[in-house]
Amino acid sequence: MKRYFGRKILIYLLTFFLAVTIDWMIPRFMPGDPVRNMLTRVSVNTNASAIQMMYDYYSHLFGLDMPLWQQYLSFWKSLFMGELGISVYLFPTPVKDVLLRAIPYDAFLLVPSILLSWYAGNKFGAFAARSKWLDNTISPLSYILTATPYMWLGILLAWFFGIVLGIFPIAGAYSFTMRPNLSWNFIGSVFHHWFLPFASLFLVGFGGWAIGMRNMIIYELEADYSHFLGALGAPKKLVRKYAFSNAVLPQITGLALQLGVIVAGALVTEVVFSYPGIGYLLLAAIQNQDYFLIQGCFLFIIIGVLLANFIIDIAYILVDPRTRRGMTGETA
Amino acid sequence: MKRTTIVISILAALSMLLAACGPTPTQAAPTSEPAPSEGQEPEPVATEFPRNETLYVSGAAWGPASTWNPFQPGSLANTTGTIGFVYEFLFDFDPLTGEFIPWLAESGDWADDTTYEVTLRSGLAWSDGQPLTAADVKFTAELGQKYAALWFAPLWTNTGLTAVEAADDTHVTFTFSDPLYQEWGNYLYNLPIVPKHLWENRTEEEITTGANEKPVGSGAYMYLDNAEDRNIWARNENWWGINVFGKPAPKYIVDIRTSSNNIALGMVLKGELDLSNNFLPGVATLADQGYVKTYFAKAPYMLSANTAVLFLNTTLKPMDDAAFRRALAFAIDVPSIVNVAYAQLVKAASPTGLLPSLSKFDDKAVLAELGYKFDTAKAKQMLADAGYADVDNDGFVEAPDGSKIELEVTCPNGWTDWMAAIDIIASSAQEAGINIKAAYPDYGAWNTALQGGTFHMTLNNWAGMSNTPWTLYNLLFRHPIQEQMQSGNFGRYDNQDLFDLVDALAKVPVTDEAGMKAACSAIQEMMLTDMPMIPLWYNGLWSQYSTSTWNNWPDENAANPTLPTTWSGYWQMGGLMTLINLAPAE
Repeated sequence: MKRYFGRKILIYLLTFFLAVTIDWMIPRFMPGDPVRNMLTRVSVNTNASAIQMMYDYYSHLFGLDMPLWQQYLSFWKSLFMGELGISVYLFPTPVKDVLLRAIPYDAFLLVPSILLSWYAGNKFGAFAARSKWLDNTISPLSYILTATPYMWLGILLAWFFGIVLGIFPIAGAYSFTMRPNLSWNFIGSVFHHWFLPFASLFLVGFGGWAIGMRNMIIYELEADYSHFLGALGAPKKLVRKYAFSNAVLPQITGLALQLGVIVAGALVTEVVFSYPGIGYLLLAAIQNQDYFLIQGCFLFIIIGVLLANFIIDIAYILVDPRTRRGMTGETA
Repeated sequence: MKRTTIVISILAALSMLLAACGPTPTQAAPTSEPAPSEGQEPEPVATEFPRNETLYVSGAAWGPASTWNPFQPGSLANTTGTIGFVYEFLFDFDPLTGEFIPWLAESGDWADDTTYEVTLRSGLAWSDGQPLTAADVKFTAELGQKYAALWFAPLWTNTGLTAVEAADDTHVTFTFSDPLYQEWGNYLYNLPIVPKHLWENRTEEEITTGANEKPVGSGAYMYLDNAEDRNIWARNENWWGINVFGKPAPKYIVDIRTSSNNIALGMVLKGELDLSNNFLPGVATLADQGYVKTYFAKAPYMLSANTAVLFLNTTLKPMDDAAFRRALAFAIDVPSIVNVAYAQLVKAASPTGLLPSLSKFDDKAVLAELGYKFDTAKAKQMLADAGYADVDNDGFVEAPDGSKIELEVTCPNGWTDWMAAIDIIASSAQEAGINIKAAYPDYGAWNTALQGGTFHMTLNNWAGMSNTPWTLYNLLFRHPIQEQMQSGNFGRYDNQDLFDLVDALAKVPVTDEAGMKAACSAIQEMMLTDMPMIPLWYNGLWSQYSTSTWNNWPDENAANPTLPTTWSGYWQMGGLMTLINLAPAE
């Protein structure tokens, strides 16, 4: 047990170190200069000679006048102190504040859509398998859904429900006529705005999980133990229950593998629905070469994906007795 | 391992995840206690804004609000209104009439060649109730003397200001040595006046880069709230200007940041947005069908906001040859840029580059003699006359010395309108036999090439509406030539005679219109002879509005039209007057 977790944590730490290093490096490989880009947004109307002064001032302020290796070291140093630097694009807001304001929206969108689509997709896939009628109707639909890019589905949903039917808003996290307050009206508005972005993520995820589960169930129903159980006269429901338990294992692994993709999908969805969160921020940060904000956004994604993977690792121990036995040294 | 321990460890891990994700989905409500240094909180407002009292706008902010510091200029702040709503200026400027409108100042004039005297209005007040006096004006101007990192520091180092004196509460005297009159005129409506009593104890860092949350200013609107995708402003019911200019009609202004322009379009069509200042391709069709209103009912629909200029890198062959540059000017198919790339939303630029609002400074005689217009045959003829011929029969001309010409015209990737425009520039130049290809580098790379002078030819539009033609010529002929040209003359055109003419223009008093015209004529004659860069078209003051909730928008038929815009830096150029003139729709 200790060895298992020790090894796992070591791997996670190594992954974290490498991912964060790449996260630091990539923006700096982009051609261009963030401070110059920032200053071009300053209206240069008449006071152009001030720009060199401002350039030096801001370069120093962001620590970009230091040699690269020093920037790298001070990046880790401040990271351990919980500092992510100051955003260039949203100067002078600290990156930490930018993220803390944005991340709740991501969590509110991501956690329910990932968990619900996984749960519902698996349940439905298991249900649909070997049911001719459902297999012929819903399965093709699932294939279409899972092959749909998030963005495209999002645009379709926004156009149809937002513009054509006009029953859902197309932008914002809550009505632009409101300030946040504790009232049913406001909470209703939050869910009203949340629904379409959520639905686009849910639908795409749902299709994928449903297909995966359907195929797994069919495979498991063909396995010897299912036939044996059937031959013993066990009710069909019981056989399916056992098959489901076995079929769900690869789906859990799949969830761990898919997380990164889902997070990326959420970013795109946020842009399509003008939903606040780090999606739009990341896009703008990259366009503005905001090293610090790019780092911060990716750091959130890295931590989120690693943490979720870790949870899935633990869940695996719970649901798969073989892992548990292997870990504690028992032999099957 | 027991099952319970596993369950507990999962719960622990889950709680970590939730902690990382943050507790609530909604934006935390703004704190209700007033910041001690920033005076009183506006009266408590309802949590919902009544539709008929609220103006919804978009197109000014491109990210979450980050600063309310009026000295963080331009579109940096994403808080349209900090400069113009909250903080005000001595004068406003109407680019459509060219008139300075006394704002905080009751009057202002040059007492002699080096002394500018301002009389402030009486009864000016900050939103915290303190009076706004000459001491505040003096304090603000002197900040530029103290801190070199402020954008208006050149007021002292460049424009020639040497001292500011406040004789009493309403009289300020600015003393200059060898003043740049044109530039000073620009400061009059661009330097926001801040309250001395709240700013005098701030550190340099707070003044130059501080976020200045909950700003206290003197203007028509006050900061109310902000969130990831919106800024909310509430009318200042005690604004001193209500008696002078009238009361702005909307009680609340919600400035919405959309993640893309088509969302803004959707919101305008749904009537959720009253004024969109986004660039929406195809809005001409929607305006023709009556879905949205625009300033002009017909092409170009939009007012002209700035000039798109093709900068040519004059340090490279063959752009160092004036004959080649002039031929290129005739080769570019500007009508197609206007009609195809922009679907008629823009106007072709005057060859002088001056905006329509400054067209009185165009020298018609010079234009008649040296102006250019799209004419492929003429361009070919000019190239042939200058010795450019297709020696190797590849369809493109070679330089007189026989070397091949292969050029690139660039603009940032993703700027779709400019990308379409440079495609047309490249293809029409090819028609005339000049081998130019379009390329779209990433914005950062483009900007580095622009300022470092490693491009062949590229578009730029950094001179906007202004009180003086000097603003444009300062961009086009910025000097001295340095390794990094950060704010103009990107093509590094080096002509001291022309630089002297621009400097001479800067020193013409703003009241001396004949003198300004003479100076401009001289510049235009030399510019069009030498053609160091090519003004092509005017980018629009993108603006489309809905009349479902608010009426009385400015348009071409209005008696005193103002600018229908929320862009940063335009409130004092008529944007605020537009709000004052609005009326609720029946």
